[in-house]
Amino acid sequence: MDIKLREVEYRYAAGTPFERLAITDVSFHIPSGEYVAIIGHTGSGKSTVLQHLNVLLKPLKGEIEIGRRTIVAGRKEKNLKDVRRRVGIVFQFPEHQLFEETVEKDICFGPFNFGVPMEQAKKRAREAVQLVGLPESVLERSPFELSGGQMRRVAIAGVLAMKPDVLVLDEPTAGLDPRGRHDMMEMFSSLQKKNGLTCVLVTHSMEDAARYADRIVMMHKGRVYKTGTPHDIFRDRDSLTAIGLDVPETVRFQRLMEAQLGRPLSRLCLTPEELAEELSRMRRESL
Amino acid sequence: MGDSIISIERVSFQYPDQSDFALKDVSLHVQRGEWLAIVGHNGSGKSTLAKMLNGLHYPQAGHVTIGGLELCEENVWTIRVKLGMVFQNPDNQFVGTTVQDDVAFGLENSGVEQTVMKERVLTSLEKVGMASFLNQEPHHLSGGQKQRVAIASVIALQPDIILLDEATSMLDPLGRDEVMETIRELKEREGLTVISITHDLEEAAKADRVIVLNKGSVYTEGTPQAIFQMDQELLQLGLGVPFTVKMSHLLAEAGLQLSKRHFNEEELVKELWTLNFEK
Repeated sequence: MDIKLREVEYRYAAGTPFERLAITDVSFHIPSGEYVAIIGHTGSGKSTVLQHLNVLLKPLKGEIEIGRRTIVAGRKEKNLKDVRRRVGIVFQFPEHQLFEETVEKDICFGPFNFGVPMEQAKKRAREAVQLVGLPESVLERSPFELSGGQMRRVAIAGVLAMKPDVLVLDEPTAGLDPRGRHDMMEMFSSLQKKNGLTCVLVTHSMEDAARYADRIVMMHKGRVYKTGTPHDIFRDRDSLTAIGLDVPETVRFQRLMEAQLGRPLSRLCLTPEELAEELSRMRRESL
Repeated sequence: MGDSIISIERVSFQYPDQSDFALKDVSLHVQRGEWLAIVGHNGSGKSTLAKMLNGLHYPQAGHVTIGGLELCEENVWTIRVKLGMVFQNPDNQFVGTTVQDDVAFGLENSGVEQTVMKERVLTSLEKVGMASFLNQEPHHLSGGQKQRVAIASVIALQPDIILLDEATSMLDPLGRDEVMETIRELKEREGLTVISITHDLEEAAKADRVIVLNKGSVYTEGTPQAIFQMDQELLQLGLGVPFTVKMSHLLAEAGLQLSKRHFNEEELVKELWTLNFEK
């Protein structure tokens, strides 16, 4: 399911003395099945954009095409249920939203409210815990006796159980330890590759954007500053530092190495693995 | 042991209804004026330890001594003045409607006189570089700025020790640098003892000493350089290693010559060059 934003503008507290422009003239395209990362400094408008993707916020100008549905500024929109089911948002610290007595009930809450019969919702809960890498036995437990990382997985399972076409992730690994972070990012990547989910990741981590995204949208002061592939974006360090961001560590290291070698490497490496391989190839060639 | 400001002797703690110990026979010392990082995976016991240092939990076995006082219900209020804590979520620790009210809150509660209070609020905010925000509302601040105000609230009470419990984990990279730089300056100028509980390795790398917790016990301790030499072992504990250490490992695996796991980026670049590419 494609999502297209066209000249979207949003103001908080519009029409009051506290009115504040959050985003303006935002246009970009999220092609079906792709992994798109949105990067930008705190306050750049990332979260405001994110809330438009399933119409939690409605644009004050412009329009958003979500699959076959078009949300146009100023028009009354009814029956957004289907859009909200198809675009699942995992908010920051989603474990704060857990509330049910058991994990199973918590995961079933979403699908059940979208009209899925309870028996089927339970079946989906079983599938969803498996997708997030938890044992089925967790279903009977209270979500509140789980560890932080497990709680986060349960909350994500609750979103997956609605069988969305698009998964929107707002800093999904904040506060997790390194292994938890790695496992969770790999999980989203595999959902995108194997289950064909479209992924939209809002992140501060240039490393994650470089490793996982097909396409990157850079936000700055409420506008789209630049879009492109990770190679396009991370090749140009100046445009990143101009808005308070930086290249991934790997790219920074590659540049240091190039300065030492006195010549550029044959390609821009986005992950440490790629860079190690490239340097090893160079060494073999120079022998 | 030398000039310990905190001594933890054979401490154990178990939460109700849990079969495993959150802390099991833990002993460690914190030296006055050092920066100690305590790292461990989620569930390793580091948050329990943090709560214990601030008297939110008491040891079920063993002893905790902070600034010469045994941690117990009688001393807990004195201890909380000596040891200030900065928590993970900047939004959960604001009580005031303006930045200066917020910093004043703790002082008011400890009965500090008005004129002294005004001065301390101002100097504390100056120390964290937030003095120009006196009358701002907290929700207009960035995450890094909020955490700096939280730090100001803590140092206004003039503690000897500041404990950061995952205090940068919710911040963006700039906010993180901002807070770490503030802490480093404070430590140097005021001679504070800093304990940072973290799984951010770059943060741990800035400490004088690192203690690794695993499953409620002290797994190992040492300088950051020494700890991060263990790279694969740390990964198995669910921790990561700083970028240059990881890069060294991958380069060595890819067949490049390196004498060790490098900790310093420039050294790694230099050695890669001299051992592999220089003709």
